[in-house]
Amino acid sequence: MSAPENLSSPLGLLAELTHRCPLACPYCSNPLALDQRADELDAATWARVFREAAAMGVLQLHLSGGEPASRRDLIEIAAAARDAGLYTNLITSGLGIDAARLARLKQSGLDHVQLSLQDVDAETADRIAGYHGAHARKLAFSRMVVEQQLALTINVVVHRANISRVSALVETAAALGAGRVEIAHAQYYGWALRNRKALMPTPAQVAQAMQEMESIRPRYAGRLVIDMVVPDYYARRPKACMGGWARRSLNVTPSGRVLPCHAAETIPGLEFWSVRDRPLAEIWRDSPAFLAFRGTDWMREPCRSCDMREIDFGGCRCQALAIAGDAAATDPACELSPLHTIMRKLAESDASTDDDEYQYRGRSAAELAIAIPVR
Amino acid sequence: MPETTAPDRPRLAPGVRLHFDQTRNAWVLLGPERVIETEGPASEILRRCDGTRTLSQIVDELAALYTAERAEIEGDVKDMLTELVSKRMVV
Ligand code: SF4
Ligand code: SF4
Repeated sequence: MSAPENLSSPLGLLAELTHRCPLACPYCSNPLALDQRADELDAATWARVFREAAAMGVLQLHLSGGEPASRRDLIEIAAAARDAGLYTNLITSGLGIDAARLARLKQSGLDHVQLSLQDVDAETADRIAGYHGAHARKLAFSRMVVEQQLALTINVVVHRANISRVSALVETAAALGAGRVEIAHAQYYGWALRNRKALMPTPAQVAQAMQEMESIRPRYAGRLVIDMVVPDYYARRPKACMGGWARRSLNVTPSGRVLPCHAAETIPGLEFWSVRDRPLAEIWRDSPAFLAFRGTDWMREPCRSCDMREIDFGGCRCQALAIAGDAAATDPACELSPLHTIMRKLAESDASTDDDEYQYRGRSAAELAIAIPVR
Repeated sequence: MPETTAPDRPRLAPGVRLHFDQTRNAWVLLGPERVIETEGPASEILRRCDGTRTLSQIVDELAALYTAERAEIEGDVKDMLTELVSKRMVV
């Protein structure tokens, strides 16, 4: 059987090993209804998924969550990933990994560690993570990673409470010995959508951050790779989300559902298939969720006749749904969308609130172990 | 501002490895959030970036392999490595 014309080989797989996590970041993109531990795939199933992924052309694997270290069999899973020949990246908060466990992960062939920081200083960082003492433990973890000569990326999700410190965040990453720093703007679905009012930065804050980043970038040439993208809400053109729907990557949830992107379950009516029932290649090729927006046939105007359609693939489906109420609409991040101005106004109005209270995932504010004043 | 240059004994940066991609039938350089496809000569250079060979050894070997002018090869190798150093794929 020959492959359909618009079917490419995926490059990346995001494996959400668990939704369990000791932290409670208000920008978490996990769904509001979290998968339960009893439903998680076992290590043997993950190993099969990794082999199938490698055979399909996947090169890079991200072990993610929740917090992947919440799984007792993380080492076994990482070893299976490397046995399958995949470049293996562990996305972690560092909590739950001591030096001995890290050494075993390295031995099992882990290629790279991505550690998230919430801010430059402990007080604000812990408030954002909803976990007292998290920042200090993350710094200690980053030292272990560097001592054990594993490659380290520091990832920071920026939003209203920390965006004014992007330069200091980059300097912190350099001082910790990271080879790469990723400054990511909060993406508003899952828990982040609930917290949009408290998270949204102002256009002035975003412009200032972008300008700072450009001016400090040369200072770190050859020492630290800096990745930062314009946030969608203040962009003129959308990003090719995931490099285009069902084109470059796939995402497997803790219980085995395969998604074109980690937020795809927010789109009603999509049918997802599970690795428990079918081989990954079949899911990639034929599952209704992947077929729904693959290629350009599903597009309407203005995307359908636009020169950019094979470049940005009409932007993010989940964002189209969230703002336009229709997953097949042009992403309102695009200035050609009739809703572009509305989206920007929405962001500006959220950004101008002084509502700084977060709704932490899985907790009410009163349950939090910390009570740190807002400013 | 630090200038990036080709190192004396180049090697792949931590977290970077060269991998033969069976699906696409090509050598690829894999790093954090990076996949760089390398065509023939580039993969020959990268396979020699092992931290033991010197830059000039690598140039010699490539010149022999492609029976080409050493000076020309040297320019190409340096350009490529300098660029990869600035991307922190080679140190
Ligand atoms: S109209 Fe559609 S294809 Fe054109 S730039 Fe905007 S989102 Fe992209
Ligand atoms: S568009 Fe939707 S599917 Fe694509 S990356 Fe964004 S959220 Fe994910």
